[in-house]
Amino acid sequence: MAGTIAIKNGYVYDPLNEVDGEVMDIFIKNGKVVTELSAAEMKDAKEIDAKGKTVMPGGVDSHSHVAGAKVNTGRMMRPEDHYKYYQKKTPIAHSGCGYTVPSVYLGGYEYSKMGYTTVFEAAVPPMEARHTHEEMRSIPMLDMAGYLVLGNNWFLMRYLKEGDIDKAAAYVSWMMKTHKTYGIKCVNPAGVENWGWGENVSALDEANIHFEVTPEDIIKGLAEINEQLGIPMPMHLHANNLGHPGCWEITRDSLKIPKSIKAKPNTDVEWAETKMKAQRHQSVYLTHCQFNAFGGTSWRDFESGVKGITDYVNSNDHVVMDSGCVPFGDATVMTGDGPAIHDLYQLTGNKWSNTDVECECGSGVLPFTYLKSNPIHSVQWAMGLETLLYVKDAWKSIMTTDSPNGGPFTKYPQIIAWLMSNKARQDTFEECHKWASDRSGLASETREMSLSEIAIVTRANAARTTGLAHSKGTLAVGADGDVAVYDIDAKKIDVNDYESIIRGFQNASYTIKGGEVITQDGEILAIPEKNTFYSDIAIKADSEKEMLKDVKSWFKYYTIGFNNYPTPDKYLANPTPIKVNAER
Amino acid sequence: MAEVILKPIGNFDLTVEAEAITPDNFAGKTAVEIGEILIWQAPAQAKLSEFFSVEGNGGSSAEDTTITIDGDVPRVKRIGQEMTAGKIIIKGSTGMHVGNTMAGGEIIVEGNAESWPGMEMKGGLLHIKGDTLDHVGCAYRGSWHGMTGGRIVIDGNAKNQVGGGISGGEIIIGGNVDNFCGIRMNGGLIVVKGNAVRTTAAEMTGGVMVVGGRIEKFSPGFEMEAVECDLKFDDIECAGEFMKFTGDYAIPQKGKGTLYVSYENNECL
Ligand SMILES: [Zn+2]
Repeated sequence: MAGTIAIKNGYVYDPLNEVDGEVMDIFIKNGKVVTELSAAEMKDAKEIDAKGKTVMPGGVDSHSHVAGAKVNTGRMMRPEDHYKYYQKKTPIAHSGCGYTVPSVYLGGYEYSKMGYTTVFEAAVPPMEARHTHEEMRSIPMLDMAGYLVLGNNWFLMRYLKEGDIDKAAAYVSWMMKTHKTYGIKCVNPAGVENWGWGENVSALDEANIHFEVTPEDIIKGLAEINEQLGIPMPMHLHANNLGHPGCWEITRDSLKIPKSIKAKPNTDVEWAETKMKAQRHQSVYLTHCQFNAFGGTSWRDFESGVKGITDYVNSNDHVVMDSGCVPFGDATVMTGDGPAIHDLYQLTGNKWSNTDVECECGSGVLPFTYLKSNPIHSVQWAMGLETLLYVKDAWKSIMTTDSPNGGPFTKYPQIIAWLMSNKARQDTFEECHKWASDRSGLASETREMSLSEIAIVTRANAARTTGLAHSKGTLAVGADGDVAVYDIDAKKIDVNDYESIIRGFQNASYTIKGGEVITQDGEILAIPEKNTFYSDIAIKADSEKEMLKDVKSWFKYYTIGFNNYPTPDKYLANPTPIKVNAER
Repeated sequence: MAEVILKPIGNFDLTVEAEAITPDNFAGKTAVEIGEILIWQAPAQAKLSEFFSVEGNGGSSAEDTTITIDGDVPRVKRIGQEMTAGKIIIKGSTGMHVGNTMAGGEIIVEGNAESWPGMEMKGGLLHIKGDTLDHVGCAYRGSWHGMTGGRIVIDGNAKNQVGGGISGGEIIIGGNVDNFCGIRMNGGLIVVKGNAVRTTAAEMTGGVMVVGGRIEKFSPGFEMEAVECDLKFDDIECAGEFMKFTGDYAIPQKGKGTLYVSYENNECL
């Protein structure tokens, strides 16, 4: 029977279902987790002996740049990233290459080998949605979705200036459907628009040119619209002033803005039977905290500002964030924040690229290498780990590298080792610049995350935050049969031997998707079907009609015709709408 | 010193990827074993002996092994790639990427070489007695990190991007170069005895370049500091009067490289 499997005797970590390392059997039938398989079903089922191994739900990455125009620009700019890092084709897998910006096939395989089964593309400019979906369609092994970049959108800024939240909400719901995207991404609100004029914004109450809206207006407006519509995930924020010394303050103040907005995700889905409440309660999801947490006033007195943010997060419950860790080595910086890339160019002199996406947003790309010998980079390494270790409740944080900004996602096993092992961190302090210990508090932090906490920050919370925990990030009955089995003996694990943690998470013993074994010990065994999720938001017909009148009349500012704007279904692999009901 | 003589006998209509031809790889092998080594020709692998007759056994170590290629091999690429010791003598011309990323030992090409000789070279000596084309000692496409050590000597002319991104080692060109010689140079030494066309030392942030001939179009971001006579860099001597410039100031990093330009051949500067 396809998609039917029994995973026996593993140490199971399923935090959403309050399972913490118990030896259990997991049964999957027709792709979904079930309580048990009958004797007859067992006869046909594949059986995996997971004795002495760690079993977790398939990994979920809620913020990664893997598809679309900016990733492809990174590929085109970086032949040097490709020729030394490649994989040959196999009878079932394509060849591929690229270390920080892998080709689409390779990216899918590499995630899958690490036990990841669901990945969210972090930034989809509306005009580039077609391109992004075309690439996502070709990324094998993974269920996917993308966030729509809306923080500097002309139409939205106009509605927000006029205070017309209803029309703005109608526009967002129409845009999500039109571009088959999943959640709202807000990048350097009001600032990227100013970058079109060679400017930026530097304060939350600074109005931008022409539209005269402030970052605060946009953050507040988008967060309100997000909850008014009942979108599965919170508004996803990349705060202003990113990458500038001292930016932690504006980040903390940005997080205060949606404090009073109540989370109201409203999705019409079948919920797996988790013991914990699998719905989010946060109204803002801050991304790559590390890049938004720079302290000091210049590069000379640069220091970690992470604590200022984590203190706020620890004492407030409306914020969830991902880390944006820096594991050292090659990276490619890519963001919708065009001016941030220009700043980096001036700092490094590296090759760079910048784009203005007409009427909508912008973006930039620049190759970067984080060096252990560099004082700033060393502090950034420490800061990335601080963002995870200082947050007391793991349900408020998610582990990412903002791949490939801090480093490629293939470094996740190394980051897990640093989180689980103080010795791993102390050994790295020995190798890197002393600023890492002088300018951050990490050296005296002794917390070592448990496997259960690792399961939270690498899958359970990423699924809950994105609103997919009805089927992802858990092995509760009714969930998707996506499982990772790691060769880590939970009872014998010695975190001082952190190389074994890295090895264990690098190549899962088995990655199972929809009940089918798709990788084993780093080898691709099957190419499964994949789903592409998007938010299908119901909205009153007349508000949509009124809004569309405006959009059509303003569409003269675009270089493409209105009819060519939407992304048709055929660009998606198994388009899977998540019904979101604006009525309540 | 053991000598292995390879005589081209095969069909080279499609280019051959011969990174396997190094003293490191031949050391400790008999002539027969060397002939068994597989190399790529387009999408197919074939034995070395299908392309070359092999005479003589490899030495006990790379250092102890000399490879002589007795003929013209302009369609054989990557000879000496990553070699660390020993010697390769090519009695004719050779293809692209000769001495790629070599770290030690010596390669002598008696004829011409195609593009990319000594790409990202780390050490050793690569001497081409004829002419070559683009990317001598340069960074790979897209990379900004070129040669880091060793020496490349071209007796004839080279074309574009000589020493692109060089940070160490020396390149000495006996003849002329075309465009972008020493682009993004940040260390090391480039000496061009003949002329250069344009964008010479563009975006340089370190290192030293000497042009003994005429630069057709001088890069705009350089400032003259002094006039010096008879330059000497260890065993490399450049006779005559030179204008000393620093630059390239046209980029945000405000580089501090040094560019010497022959006074008598560039009086218009
Ligand atoms: Zn990002």
